[in-house]
Amino acid sequence: MSARDLLTQASYLAASVCFILGLKALTRPETARRGMQLAAVGMLLAIVGTLIVERIVEYQWILAGLVVGGAVGYPLGTRVPMTAMPQRIAVSHMFGALAATLVGVAEYTHHAGLGGAHAAAAEALTRPQMAALGFEVLFGALTITGSFMAFGKLQEFLPGRPITYRGQNVVNVAAMAGALGLWLYLIAVPEATWAFWAMLVAALVIGVSFVLPIGGADMPVVVSLLNSYAGLAASATGFAIGNTVLVIAGALDGASGFILSIIMSKAMNRSFGNVLFGAFGAPAAASGKSAEGLVAKPITAEDAAMQLAYAGRVIIVPGYGMAVAQSQHAVRELADLIEKRGGEVKFAIHPVAGRMPGHMNVLLAEANVPYDRMYDMEEINDQFTGADVALVIGANDVVNPAAKTDKGSPIYGMPVLNVEQARNVIVMKRGMSPGFAGIENELFYADNTRMLFGDAKKMLTQLVGEVKAA
Amino acid sequence: MTFTYILQLYVFILAGFVGYFVITRVPPLLHTPLMSATNAISAISIVGALVVAGSRYSLVASVLGFVAVACATINVVGGFIITDRMLRMFKSDKPGDGPPAGGGA
Repeated sequence: MSARDLLTQASYLAASVCFILGLKALTRPETARRGMQLAAVGMLLAIVGTLIVERIVEYQWILAGLVVGGAVGYPLGTRVPMTAMPQRIAVSHMFGALAATLVGVAEYTHHAGLGGAHAAAAEALTRPQMAALGFEVLFGALTITGSFMAFGKLQEFLPGRPITYRGQNVVNVAAMAGALGLWLYLIAVPEATWAFWAMLVAALVIGVSFVLPIGGADMPVVVSLLNSYAGLAASATGFAIGNTVLVIAGALDGASGFILSIIMSKAMNRSFGNVLFGAFGAPAAASGKSAEGLVAKPITAEDAAMQLAYAGRVIIVPGYGMAVAQSQHAVRELADLIEKRGGEVKFAIHPVAGRMPGHMNVLLAEANVPYDRMYDMEEINDQFTGADVALVIGANDVVNPAAKTDKGSPIYGMPVLNVEQARNVIVMKRGMSPGFAGIENELFYADNTRMLFGDAKKMLTQLVGEVKAA
Repeated sequence: MTFTYILQLYVFILAGFVGYFVITRVPPLLHTPLMSATNAISAISIVGALVVAGSRYSLVASVLGFVAVACATINVVGGFIITDRMLRMFKSDKPGDGPPAGGGA
């Protein structure tokens, strides 16, 4: 091992340590920022350590890539608004997977003697190497198109509702089995280039067909799962090119995405399989109680403001509707006013509120709500009994008591916020349309519930005005 | 040769465990920053991309390497910046608790 190699390896080791310490720092909001700066330093070390590798003989392509990537990445980091975070994350999974896949394809073409010129210099692929390369390309490619589909649904240039057709699951499973078969064949016969390209295409198709049938509200699981896949693809790259820092960073990313997807599935009381193959949507609407004969009681902004202005304890439950109306700043203003008048305001956050893990927390943090006011479901669920007013802003399924009481309901068993236990409940909603799951919500018809219809931002601004005047 | 792969498998499994134990302790409050952070970290595949782009394997490989470097750089630069932007927003209302508050005991 030359001195240069030693230096490169040292930089990789340092980077790995920085990454782990950085993630460790993320366990507390006070240390998180410092930790991620450390991780960024680790990344820089690894890049510099790689640039001195002896195999690198020319720098023009590298420089061009760095310049283009920096020019695109900088505005993506500084300009994208917090409300666009879910699609921003989805698109970054796509870039990550694209990088890993392209490295895999380039390595394969090199070893398989494709691409002419210097091809003769490469030795043939060994079986373990082919297994890793194949895995990398398979998972990378399906993450590319899967993330793109998720991005499309979140950015709303693709319909957010599940897109299904008859026999979909059969097609998906067959495509997956086919791709895995090609992978196994490649391990046996690494020089079968046709199988490599066929596997690549199959994986791209699988990514599309797996995400299409998954609806908007299930996006937190999909986005976390794609996070995990992007990590696994990076790890496989490490195996293929014999690079330990890649193996480690990929394993960390894979573990993180995996944990998040489990947390999200649990919060919806659904198995992984159910989210991926269930296409919860139109067909489920028939079950559950119907709301016929029940009347929701509307409330005016003035009356709602009176309740809030004189309340001692208020719990605000934000949902995707708050994100859609971009009303987090108005929410904060309202909370400040109530507190100024001597009330206490807490925010109750369901793990799957919004379109990605932690979505509501980020929006509220952007609006300067201190994080000590944001409570997880377990922390706050027994505090609703003592609350004077629970204000629900654009949330539906996560506050549906049917999940606890109605065995016939499709969401039965899903942990929900005990909003109905508050003395008064005000639900802010655009209209009476059912939530994503297509289920009626008994909460809206409860005796202590009043409905405040209208756009969340407009209504909140009115509330702020009324509370000020009260 | 096979021994190297076994060793890498050890590294992978152990790193997976470390990741599991560290990340289960990340509070739901920070799940979005966690996601964007791990995304930025997994852009370490830039290391593989740099080698492909600079090794003069063939024109095809160089072009693929160039695109891979660009994609990975997008995630490195954009990912770390946006994670920091997000984390900067998380403030405590207890004085002296948040990172930039200063003046704490």
